[in-house]
This record gives sequence, structure tokens and C-alpha cells, in this order.
Amino acid sequence: MRPRFRRRNVASKGTESLGPSIPDGLWSKCPRCRELIYTREFERNHYVCPRCGYHARLTARQRIALTVDPESFVEWDAGLSPADPLRFVALGEPYPRKVAEAQERSGEREALVTGAATILGVPVGLAVAEFGFLGASMGSVFGEKFARAAERAAAEDRAFIVFASSGGARMHEGVFSLFQLPKTIVAVESLSERRLPFITVLVDPCYGGVTASFATVADLILAEPGAMIGFAGPRVIEQVTRQKLPAGFQSAEFLLQHGMIDAIVPRPRLREELAHYIRLLTNQRSTSPVSFVTRQESDR
Amino acid sequence: MMQLTAWDRVQLARHQARPHTLDYITELLEEPRELHGDRLFRDDPAIVAAIGRFGTRSVIVLGHQKGASTTENVARNFGMPRPEGYRKAIRILHLAEKFGLPVITFIDTPAADPGLESEERGQAWAISSCLQAFLRAQVPTLAVVIGEGGSGGALALAVCDRLLMLENAIFAVASPEACAAILWRDAARAPEAAETMRITAQELHRFGIADEVIPEPAPAHLDASGTIRRVGQALERHLEELLQLWHEHGPAHARQLRWARYRAIGLWHEDPVT
Ligand SMILES: [Zn+2]
Repeated sequence: MRPRFRRRNVASKGTESLGPSIPDGLWSKCPRCRELIYTREFERNHYVCPRCGYHARLTARQRIALTVDPESFVEWDAGLSPADPLRFVALGEPYPRKVAEAQERSGEREALVTGAATILGVPVGLAVAEFGFLGASMGSVFGEKFARAAERAAAEDRAFIVFASSGGARMHEGVFSLFQLPKTIVAVESLSERRLPFITVLVDPCYGGVTASFATVADLILAEPGAMIGFAGPRVIEQVTRQKLPAGFQSAEFLLQHGMIDAIVPRPRLREELAHYIRLLTNQRSTSPVSFVTRQESDR
Repeated sequence: MMQLTAWDRVQLARHQARPHTLDYITELLEEPRELHGDRLFRDDPAIVAAIGRFGTRSVIVLGHQKGASTTENVARNFGMPRPEGYRKAIRILHLAEKFGLPVITFIDTPAADPGLESEERGQAWAISSCLQAFLRAQVPTLAVVIGEGGSGGALALAVCDRLLMLENAIFAVASPEACAAILWRDAARAPEAAETMRITAQELHRFGIADEVIPEPAPAHLDASGTIRRVGQALERHLEELLQLWHEHGPAHARQLRWARYRAIGLWHEDPVT
């Protein structure tokens, strides 16, 4: 699967400097700075634009592949899929049909993928949100898979790493969606009891109940550069309050400045940083030296 | 009696003349004193806190506070707490724990404040911390939804050992208007959304999320004192049960029961895959 990053048939657009012989898909265009990037270089750079640093959105599977040691991922609870507790129908479309479409499109059964892996040899439990599945809204399955993963990580003595992203609530599951908030917070108590690290990485976009629950009670809260993070979305805020929102509002950089997150970590460094943080928290020496990352470096 | 629709209940739950938290505090507590401030930033008038005598013991009360008039509503931000409101609740909850006092909360808010400053001060962080503080509370906790249970902003004070709802109260993941705007692409279809979302006290009781529905023989805005009295009686009964539980099994066990309750909520399909 490719990230959501617009590709462009350069040849057909007739960009003279690149010549007409370049095959389709060899070049990608950064949606922020409009730079044409050689796709192989883009992939090597973890789907970060080498010119402006834009972090393209990833699927859960891409995220896992970029983060964990090769072949180390073993999925947990892949058999869970959404029920329809409210028998919800909107505009003639029943919720199960919407789910089926999302499953077809994303290749996932739900908006959260969980499992065990190692990162630079460090054993972890993982939970990764799939924004391509109904905007990674948190329904019963998301909450249950999250809770089981946190508890299993605790039982297996693993640190728990969560890539949090969400567009908000799973409205089709109504109040069941809402009550996943306390459920996820209860579940991470199992990690606290065993003094195991719980680290969340907030990735673009991260809003609503996910931000207002497990994502912000972690031991360490990291974010990717430029990620948009908040409780209410910018459109809602503008509509309700008619306030003009400043540039950079709700960006990871804004949150760092306002004291809400521990650090911003560029994606290509994330693997090393996660392993390093876990080792530091659990009082273990690193097997390979990791350089100190300054504020300036991570701001780049 | 006529069957009320979900949308009727929404109107009743939001009725301005319905008794609000301070009415319950005044009527149910003896010698109450209001407590102010989060000791971090400022006092949020959308969440009130009080200590007072309830029956034979001291209790702490926390609740969302809407206004009884438009002027008061503006001053109270329509009962929409800002981060400092949740941080005040956390502070007062810790006070209750120090003195071993039960905590009663009254839930009545359209939502947490969705403003620029609230985001700057970490609205999501304040809500998650408040949820965690309530889930960890070392004292018995009881919540009553007295009006509008609007989303995470309401939930933050509601994750208690007992969750009671007045007959015409609602609890929803989003306002019916917002849900209609998104899923029906038309906010005017809120009545339909309200029905589909299953937000009434009766439905939450059926789902096992609410423990009890407190009847309103007459809607609360027409019978404030009767409503408050019935809420007081229900609270007394549940508080006695909880105190007995805490006394017999200890705080650790009581907290495990609370955790198990919130850990269990949800419905899904599971195929045997390994
Ligand atoms: Zn770029």
C-alpha cells in the first residue's frame, strides 16, 4: 500500500526539465511544497519530503514496517470486527455496510492494528491506528483491541507503544464509542502496576476522544513534526466561536510550545528514539550509542 | 401518557428552567460551602464544587453548571467547561480522597468548551486526566445525569461507581445536531439523529451503562423540588450500598469493581483467529 501522497505522471504533464521518458509512478509530488521527489528516495526517507520535511500519512501496516525490526511483528486479536449495537442507519445506509466498505478499502477489519514486535531488539506491544478505516474513529473494537494489547503487553513484560491518530468518535456506535475513553484509560493501569513504559506517538491527525483519553495519559507523549493534534477540530472551533485561528494552531510544534507533549521526533529517527526512551525509562544501557537530540535538531 | 420521542427528551434535558447543579447543592446539602479554583490558572464557573453535609456525613459535590438565564448562561459559558474546570474537579477530588469523603457529581453540559484558549491550555489533556482521576478515586463516587450528558465534556465527571440518570436526561457521544450535520449532511435532521443515536436514559439503562433511571412524574422544570427530592433519595440509597461495599471489601476491591465495569463496555464480533 502507498501512502496518501499524490503521484503524478510527470511525462504526461510535459515537465521539460525531467524529460518525457520518465515512467508513471517514478516521481511523487509533495502536497505541501510541490517538490517533485524521486519515489525511491521518498520511500527511503520514510515518506518524509526531503525538501520541506512534510510527513505523509501512512497506513498502519506501513507504519509497523517502518518502526519494528524486520519479521518481528506478530499480530494480536485480528479476529475482532465491529458489531452494530445501535442498529444504526443514516441516509438509508446501515452501519454494517459502511464497515464492509471501509474493510474493503483499507484491507483492515478495524481502525486499530495491534501486536508484538521488537524495536532494535527491545520487546514491545504495539497499537497502531489506521486512519484509512473510517477516520480511525474509536468504536468498541478499537477500544477492546487497545485494552487487550495494553494488558497483554503488561503480562508479557513489554513496553507499550501506540501510534495515535483519529478523526473523532465512531458516531454509529453512539454511547458505546464514548465509553471507550475510560476503558482505554483503565487498561493502561496494567502497565503502570508493572512499571512498564507506555509511550504514545501522536500522528496526523489526532483529535477527539482519542486525544482526550489514552493518548494523553502516557508516560511520554511524542509527536511527528507538523502533526495536527487537538480536542475540537479547527472547523468546529471556527464555527462555534467565530475566532480566527493563528497559523500553526494545534500543530505538534504549537503543542510542544504550550507544554503538552514531551518531544517532536522526525519519522526517520523514531525507531532509534523509541528504543532509546524505553531503555532510559527502564534503566538499561543502550547497546549502541544514541546521540543526544537537541530541541533545534528535532525542530528542523 | 403520551410517549415522548428522543428529540422531546433532548428538549426537556436542555430546558433552561430545569434544576441545575447549584439547585441540588442548595436543596440536598446542609451547610454547603462552595470551593473555587484549580490553583493553576483560574476559577471556571462552568464547573462548581462544594462540600457539605448529606444526611449524616460530609460529602463533596462536583457538577457542570448551566445558567438559569441568558446572562448567567453567558457567564457560565453555557455549562461548557474549560481545562481549568476539569483541573478544579481533579483538585477537589484529591481533597475528597484525603478526608475519605464520598463524591457526588451532577452531569449537565452540552460539551467541553471548543475554543482556541481551551485548546491552548490542553482541553484533551484536562479531560483525560480528569477521567483517570475519577477512575483511580480512593473514595466512593456517584454520578447523576440531571440534564444534558454531552460527550467527553460530560463523561469526564461521570465515570463513577454508580451512574444514575433522570428520566428526561440524555447521554450522547455528540449532539444530535452535530451528528445530523455529519452523517445526514443536514443539521436540521437532528430529531432523526437523536432517535438513531439511542441517547435516552431508558436506552442507557438497557445497555447496562446507567444503573438506574430516576423517574420524573412531572418533567423536572415543572417540579424542581420533587425532582431534587427523588434524586436525593436515590443518591442516599446508592451511597449506603457503596459505603457498605467499601467498608466490607476495602478500597482496593471497590476500585477493581469500578475498573471492571468500565473495562467491559463495548460490543463486537470475534472470529477465532490465531
Ligand atoms: Zn515538501
